[in-house]
Amino acid sequence: MAKITLKNIRHSYLPNPQSEDDYALKEVDLSWDDGGAYALLGPSGCGKTTLLNIISGLLIPSEGELLFDDRNVTRMEPDERNIAQVFQFPVVYDTMSVEDNLAFPLRNRGVSESVVKQRVSEIAAMLELDDVMQQKAAGLSPDNKQKISLGRGLVRDDVNVVMFDEPLTVIDPHLKWKLRSKLKELHQKVQRTMIYVTHDQTEALTFADRVVVMQFGQILQVGTPQELFECPAHTFVGHFIGSPGMNIVPCRVQGGEVLLDGFKVAVANSPKAATSSNTEIGVRPEFVRLADQGLQVDVVNVMDIGRNKVVETRLGQHKISVLVPEGKAVPQGTVYLEFDSDNTRLYDNGWLVE
Amino acid sequence: MKTVNQKAWFLVLPVLVLVAFNALIPLMTVVNYSVQETFGNNLFFWHGVGWFEDILHSDRFHAALGRQLAFTATILIIEVPLGVAIALTMPRSGPWVSVCLVLMALPLLIPWNVVGSMWNIFTLPDIGLLGYTLNSMGIEYNMTQSPTAAWVTLIMMDVWHWTSLVVLLAYAGLISIPDAYYQAAKIDGASKWSVFRHIQLPKMKKVLTIAILLRFMDSFMIYTEPFVLTGGGPGNSTTLLSIDLVKVALGQFDLGPAAAMSLIYFVITLLVSWVFYTAMTKDDKS
Repeated sequence: MAKITLKNIRHSYLPNPQSEDDYALKEVDLSWDDGGAYALLGPSGCGKTTLLNIISGLLIPSEGELLFDDRNVTRMEPDERNIAQVFQFPVVYDTMSVEDNLAFPLRNRGVSESVVKQRVSEIAAMLELDDVMQQKAAGLSPDNKQKISLGRGLVRDDVNVVMFDEPLTVIDPHLKWKLRSKLKELHQKVQRTMIYVTHDQTEALTFADRVVVMQFGQILQVGTPQELFECPAHTFVGHFIGSPGMNIVPCRVQGGEVLLDGFKVAVANSPKAATSSNTEIGVRPEFVRLADQGLQVDVVNVMDIGRNKVVETRLGQHKISVLVPEGKAVPQGTVYLEFDSDNTRLYDNGWLVE
Repeated sequence: MKTVNQKAWFLVLPVLVLVAFNALIPLMTVVNYSVQETFGNNLFFWHGVGWFEDILHSDRFHAALGRQLAFTATILIIEVPLGVAIALTMPRSGPWVSVCLVLMALPLLIPWNVVGSMWNIFTLPDIGLLGYTLNSMGIEYNMTQSPTAAWVTLIMMDVWHWTSLVVLLAYAGLISIPDAYYQAAKIDGASKWSVFRHIQLPKMKKVLTIAILLRFMDSFMIYTEPFVLTGGGPGNSTTLLSIDLVKVALGQFDLGPAAAMSLIYFVITLLVSWVFYTAMTKDDKS
């Protein structure tokens, strides 16, 4: 029950970081509103778990401050912060029953037994664990174990934030979907701040209201799933989110015009602001059309992905994917492409040109 | 239908032969001796279960068994908690890990009779470091005269020699616990004792079962070290089962009683190990 603010947080696992590369987490400035559902999305090793551990207190950042509301908690112990965390691999206390597992955090804090009973049964009902309450936690399936981990966080009514560190890694695919919607449902019910760390875009985009995309210890973009899809602030975001990801093709900017292999392309943002020679065009396969004239490319591959077909074409040594609706004929050999200019953007050194 | 290929028996034949020669045949020889009376010139006479009855009713055997149980119980009570305590204080990572492991493994690498000699010399009242120090402090300490001193030395020696085994096994159990457990416990506000009771101890249960079994069997059959250290004395005060057995079998060359005693000894060891193991693993199966 708090707004979480990260002020200029940096972290290095080395005792004496010299250069920017020594930092696992580079300059993070963020704030999360109370009760929101957030996701931290990025590939393995991008620093998202580091960031999570800083919030939970398992790690103290090298620099910067962490505030819960106005309280500086940067150096507080995890149990003083009133947070809950669900780990990648289910953590349950093997020798205890499910009920005792759920009651454990409350009993450690000296809560009276009548309150413990009431809270535990409330949470068990919410998580549908009622039937297994008297069983030993060790014998349960991974998805039920994860529910216990989550339950141990939710029993405390003063929890500031519940954090999930890739919680569905060990869950069977058919249960993943179920547990994911359960999490979403729980969030709406309890209205606690939840932070969900994952490298799976589907998990992030379905769970969160706002997604933070990270790479190399850096935050690339913060936005709603729709914003990330429609207007990626960085080529990595475009490429990482969406299936297939955004087409990124190197281009030349000359006299305020964008040239792709000599062909003039209209873009939504202003080419004049581009300063480096490392410019690229980003356009999602959804916004590329096969046309009678336009950019000349060769079809190299067609993949059927259900309602659509992905047509992979080649321009010199670069690939451009086109999404073609089912039922539409796919030509072979040389074709022409047309880009939707409202959704075609120019990137400079990876970043969206403003 | 599945065809059964009987040729597989030929493939396990080498193992069967090996086991037969190093276990089954010697064991059956012992069984054979245990029911016969032996005289010189390889004369054997059927004696039935007579030797077993004699031994089970003999005060000498009862006394040796009592000493043996007391010894094994004492060293288990000391070595297991001590081993776990040492394992808990060892670092989980960093350069000191290998230093600790080598230090811990050192006593285990010393031959058993050397351990016996070391402690014998260490406790000599006139030249031994411990013996001389204690005596000059006014504490009378002489293994050859006082049974108490002999027992204390015997137990210290075993603790020194074998606690490392428990440490290494417990440590192996401890480092296999993922960090997430400690982190979750921290977040749940668990005390140090809670962490030990609900995370570390349950995760060490399997290796500790093995450690206790190994220490039980080894200490129950211990021979070399006490033989070198005290030779079973003073008097019979440190004559443990195996020392008594050797006295009967080799000292007096009574093959029949010695064989019967070996079998009783073997059955006790087997039975205790089986009961203990079944009790410890009962939970896992249900």
